[in-house]
Amino acid sequence: MSEILQINSVTKTFPRVVANKDVSFNIKKNSVHALLGENGAGKSTLVKILYGLLNPDSGEILYNNNLLNITSPSDARKKGIGMVFQHFSLFESLTVRENLILGIDDKISYSELKNKLKDISARYELPLDLDAPIITLSAGEKQRVEIVRLLLQDPQLLIMDEPTSVLTPQEVTNLFKTLEALIKEGRTVLYITHKLEEVINICDYVTIMRNGEVIDSCSIDNQSAESLATKMLGERLGKIKTDYSNVSEKINFEVKNLSCQFNDPFFTDLKDINLKVKHGEIFGIAGVAGNGQSELMDILTGENNKIDTGKIIFDNKNIEKFNPKKRRDLSIAFVPENRLGHSAVPELTLSENILLSQFPNNNFINKGVIIHKNIENHVNKVISQFNVITPGSDVKASSLSGGNLQKFVIGREILTDPKLLIISHPTWGIDAGAEFSIRESLINLAKNGTSIIVLSQDLDELFEITHRVSVIFNGTLSDSFETKNISIEKIGLLMGGHKNV
Amino acid sequence: MFSYYPSIIVRGQPSVLMNIFVPVIAVLLTLFTGSIIFSLMGYNPIFALYTFFISPISNAYGVSELFVKATPLALIAIGLAYCFKNNIYNIGAEGQLTMGAIFGGGIGIYFYDVNSFWLLPLMIIVGAIGGAIWGMIPAFLKIKFNTNEILTSLMLVYIAILILDYLVVGPWKDPDGYSFPKTRAFSESARMPLLFQGLRVHFGLIITLILIFISWFVFSKTMFGFQLKVSGYSPIAARYAGFNQNTLIYLAFAICGACAGIAGLSEVSGPIGLLYRDISPNYGFTAIIVTFLGRLHPLGIILASLVIALTYLGAEDAQLFMQIPQAVGFVFQGLVLFYLLGADLLVNYKIVFKKNI
Repeated sequence: MSEILQINSVTKTFPRVVANKDVSFNIKKNSVHALLGENGAGKSTLVKILYGLLNPDSGEILYNNNLLNITSPSDARKKGIGMVFQHFSLFESLTVRENLILGIDDKISYSELKNKLKDISARYELPLDLDAPIITLSAGEKQRVEIVRLLLQDPQLLIMDEPTSVLTPQEVTNLFKTLEALIKEGRTVLYITHKLEEVINICDYVTIMRNGEVIDSCSIDNQSAESLATKMLGERLGKIKTDYSNVSEKINFEVKNLSCQFNDPFFTDLKDINLKVKHGEIFGIAGVAGNGQSELMDILTGENNKIDTGKIIFDNKNIEKFNPKKRRDLSIAFVPENRLGHSAVPELTLSENILLSQFPNNNFINKGVIIHKNIENHVNKVISQFNVITPGSDVKASSLSGGNLQKFVIGREILTDPKLLIISHPTWGIDAGAEFSIRESLINLAKNGTSIIVLSQDLDELFEITHRVSVIFNGTLSDSFETKNISIEKIGLLMGGHKNV
Repeated sequence: MFSYYPSIIVRGQPSVLMNIFVPVIAVLLTLFTGSIIFSLMGYNPIFALYTFFISPISNAYGVSELFVKATPLALIAIGLAYCFKNNIYNIGAEGQLTMGAIFGGGIGIYFYDVNSFWLLPLMIIVGAIGGAIWGMIPAFLKIKFNTNEILTSLMLVYIAILILDYLVVGPWKDPDGYSFPKTRAFSESARMPLLFQGLRVHFGLIITLILIFISWFVFSKTMFGFQLKVSGYSPIAARYAGFNQNTLIYLAFAICGACAGIAGLSEVSGPIGLLYRDISPNYGFTAIIVTFLGRLHPLGIILASLVIALTYLGAEDAQLFMQIPQAVGFVFQGLVLFYLLGADLLVNYKIVFKKNI
């Protein structure tokens, strides 16, 4: 069997981050090749290079033993490389047929197209209702349209970016049947995923990436979910020195049997979520992005206060129906993942952004009139105590760097002395200095008896600061474990959806 | 084959200074373009511009007329600022103005033979309520059915105008009016008091200035103003803060409707004195330009209302003295808006010419 794709020392750097560092591996013709890695491992960058969306800084790619020289996706398609994106690029208001016609680069007669479609539908078990508007289709059917559109161009190499992330289990089975048919025809599939089971079940080869580098590239024989998990996450060094002495025995916050269905392919339904957080405890929720974290976060903050079933109990009060303002009145503070436009408004000044989250002890408002003096005091306290680097409190939030704005937002919440802090990805996309000071301030806050829930994809972070962790996968939260007792392998298996731990 | 395609990209830091000067630049460019148009029409551009912009306000009567025209424009514009700050595009102020005139004017017609101090205040309040109710219809539709408020508020303009039409030719027609489509005249105490003897500028100006001052306070000092702004910039942040966005939409529409309603009422009980078909020369639409020219700021709105009011007066004078069609006034209003939006675009974005293969 010959190689369809040879990737030789491809490097791609972005400002402040090396996305692909000397990446080399080969893909054998007529195989399903998995590309496995955490978020931010560099999978997407590599795939974008292969599909002509990005140019590598250095390195070369051989396709069928010829140098691959492409500058756009349409170049890639002409050469026989096709891609199915995680998020569909279909015109919702048009029909299936119209979308298929729009996707074709070459000129083709209508009857020829009809025959071709019939042929493809039959061969790969991809039934389609050509006259149905896209908007009426389920996620699986939409994906089918994308695949058929791709197959019309007769590609040799198909790249699929996390294709099962929006599918139901039945749809996943159907997709796997289609993959089998594709391989039988002699085509090659590059399959990007973080789900270990899928790699074991349907792939022939696997390349594991971590921090932009290739860790291993090998045949799937002799690999187990455990060995793949360890390779994906790496050996985490450093002794866990979490201090448990300030964690009390009393439960401060509890989520009981929470379930919520969204009926939306881009939302993950939450299923029977339970968690308990004690006074002074930092509770971590690990997981790969898109497994229900943002849905859970919205429910915990009260931005979504319409859950199907379940209870949220804080300080012996049922708060599941409370909006964010009412929860703040109970001294619960939140820091959502997205700074610009969610926890802060970029167009407003820092002083104005202080007003977004008001607590009963703030005294920012008297009968609807803003007391600017109290806000000024608070904003200056935040800036000085949390080392926010800014020319002043009257600059717009958008002019601060990501790390400084995050310090500002977290400082704003911590200085209100919350009894519970719920924070999502506290150090996402910020520099090491800010990262350190934010983690330190969270640990100090917990020492004073505040309960903290941290949702994060960053395992180092969770191992460094949390007392307990659990893992969210596909809308289900695992049991929680004391951080000092859980192994990296176990977390990796849970994150990959492996149930028997 | 190489060719250069222009593409528009975001500027990192828009200039603060230019942002303030955009309205000035827009007005200057409008004057420049206007003089070109006048030359092409065969007029001496200097003389035409003088007739258009200087001579209308060269005496006390002219200045008074300027304020008469600026009053409804500024009042509606300040109401619109509540909506636009909240990122709601209410373009139905003309309808809300008409409804205010119908509601408040209705009181005036019912009490046509009553002369008492309470009549005018009652008309103002009822006029405000009428405008507010009309404004809250698109708000209700937006919240309940997620309709686009641009369409619904605009459609309601024509409904309001047709209702007025029906009333003045039907049930409210003046019995002694020789079948003209107009109502009885209001009684003396239903009229806006004049501020100066012999000039038409009336008490509506005082109401407008008071409401603009209150709005300045609301926008800069109160939590409500802050909530409008946050919800306009980022609905997600407003949800995070726990603001009730439906309430904000209702309030913004209601306040805007009330302002437009008062403007309509002060037109009919001010210079006009009764109800008939054409109570407003599109004040409700022109006020949209005033709001943007004034950068949604109370002080800016006052200045912008004077500039735009001048285009109304100038058009009348130009027709009178130079036989130029009065519609030239609308051309100038359109030019101002065009240059304003264009300059805004260039402040926030820049055009680059990219080499494409």
